[in-house]
Amino acid sequence: MSAFIEVKDLFFRYEEAENTPFALDGVNLTIDKGSFVAIVGHNGSGKSTLAKHFNSLYLPTTGDVLVEGMNTKDDEHLFDIRKSVGLVLQNPDNQIVAGIVEEDVAFGCENLGIPPKEIRQRVDEALRAVDMYEYRRHSPDKLSGGQKQRIAIAGIIAMEPVCIVLDEPTAMLDPQGRDEVIQTIQKLNREKGITIILITHYMEEAVLADRVVMIDSGKVFLDGTPREVFANVGLLKQHRLDVPQATELNAKLRNCGFDLPECVLGEEECAEALFRLLKPAGKEDIPTEE
Amino acid sequence: MVRDITLGQFLPGHSFIHKMDARAKILLLMAIVVFIFVAGNYVSLLMMTIVSLLIVLMTRIKFRMYLKSMKVILFVIIFTGLINVFYGSGEVLWEWQFIRITWGGIHNAIFVIIRIITLVMVSSVLTFTTSPSDLTDAIERLLKPLKIFHVKVHEIAMMMTIALRFIPVLLEETDKIMNAQKARGADMESGGIIRRVKALMPVLIPLFVSSFRRANDLAMAMECRCYNGGNGRTRMKVLHFSWRDLAAAIFLLLTFAGVIVCNIFVPAVM
Repeated sequence: MSAFIEVKDLFFRYEEAENTPFALDGVNLTIDKGSFVAIVGHNGSGKSTLAKHFNSLYLPTTGDVLVEGMNTKDDEHLFDIRKSVGLVLQNPDNQIVAGIVEEDVAFGCENLGIPPKEIRQRVDEALRAVDMYEYRRHSPDKLSGGQKQRIAIAGIIAMEPVCIVLDEPTAMLDPQGRDEVIQTIQKLNREKGITIILITHYMEEAVLADRVVMIDSGKVFLDGTPREVFANVGLLKQHRLDVPQATELNAKLRNCGFDLPECVLGEEECAEALFRLLKPAGKEDIPTEE
Repeated sequence: MVRDITLGQFLPGHSFIHKMDARAKILLLMAIVVFIFVAGNYVSLLMMTIVSLLIVLMTRIKFRMYLKSMKVILFVIIFTGLINVFYGSGEVLWEWQFIRITWGGIHNAIFVIIRIITLVMVSSVLTFTTSPSDLTDAIERLLKPLKIFHVKVHEIAMMMTIALRFIPVLLEETDKIMNAQKARGADMESGGIIRRVKALMPVLIPLFVSSFRRANDLAMAMECRCYNGGNGRTRMKVLHFSWRDLAAAIFLLLTFAGVIVCNIFVPAVM
């Protein structure tokens, strides 16, 4: 896999003044094309600030962000960058521009100056990709939060980006809406090969990624597969982050000296590990439920 | 309560009127409005009323929806009607000190009431049958000639689109904030008008703050989707005139001719 976004020695502060603290404090990061990366951190850790650097909404104070080799500071490439890196924000209501679903999805394409016939095709395709095709003539304010967020995602997909950055897309949704959005994201990553950067503080979502990057006070603290990252339960807790319950249980038992794997993700894996530990000698398989 | 407003609401459908070009609808509506006022006697006014009712029927939208939009301006209708009753000339029917009711006044009142009702009805037809984006698109196209005078036509149209989109969002938010303030013991239903207006302040301030936050988010979302003003922008739905628009225009032109002929041959009431 080739590098798609490169972040080099990124420092960023919101105000010019010398003594204000850096919101991003020396971030180095490479994101591969086609990967699914979760960026986690507690509120105010700088994760959203980082997200807004990926499509040049914010520009580094020092350092560089390169998207497919194009520097985000370079005005010439602004629209090329925004075309290939789409950003979905937290509040679905505030990012829908038009009063009809399909017209909102078309908004980005219209801005790019794509001919009407092709826009129609792209919009239909994007709406099918997020399973909202039947709602194309509806007004967004009659839809649920999860549906609205999927419309916002469709609006980005219609622009055919290489990468979608989602800045806490599920923070304002109910559990059902959250599931819908996460499933949509996973589907886009697997079936369309779209690079996904998911900014979240729900660890259950981060577990689904190929790679988890943990950020606190503007610095990258952990970077690896979910298994590697969640093995550091103590460190994550120190940085005010939750760990999936099953993972935490496993880690606590392991600390007490039980012979358990270094890290488990999800309840099923945890149950399996516990079963292995507890199973009476002689029996080999996990009994299937009857 | 705030959600009962039907004015400016779009009701999707497949009628003849729905399928007409939005530009044609706007232009013809303006012409109808002019001719409702041109009609100077009962015969020509009746003609305009019948034509308006015909248009309303053609939209195949429940008449209840039109009545709802009428309800909003019921007060205006009654008020202007009453005022007109007292301001007329001609044969005096009833007199008490300076108050005088005349035949002329009653005619005036009837005329004004019918005019306002028809006016609201045909205007509702436009908003009921045209999607907000078609409407703003049409306005943008119709105002295009003003670009010579450096009027920012596209920006105005965009602002209208966004305003229409956020009306329901802000209404919902107002409801929420009102409930939140009521839960904290705010009293918004009693007292005189001044007290009630004052009681609205704790609703308006949070609403204002949140609108700015929304505007900021929306601007960011629009930037993310490469919005860069009207230059080089295409539209998914292209407006085009069809035989329907021509047919409607011819029909209305005939009606207008009829109104003018009536005005000449039948003496005006006022």
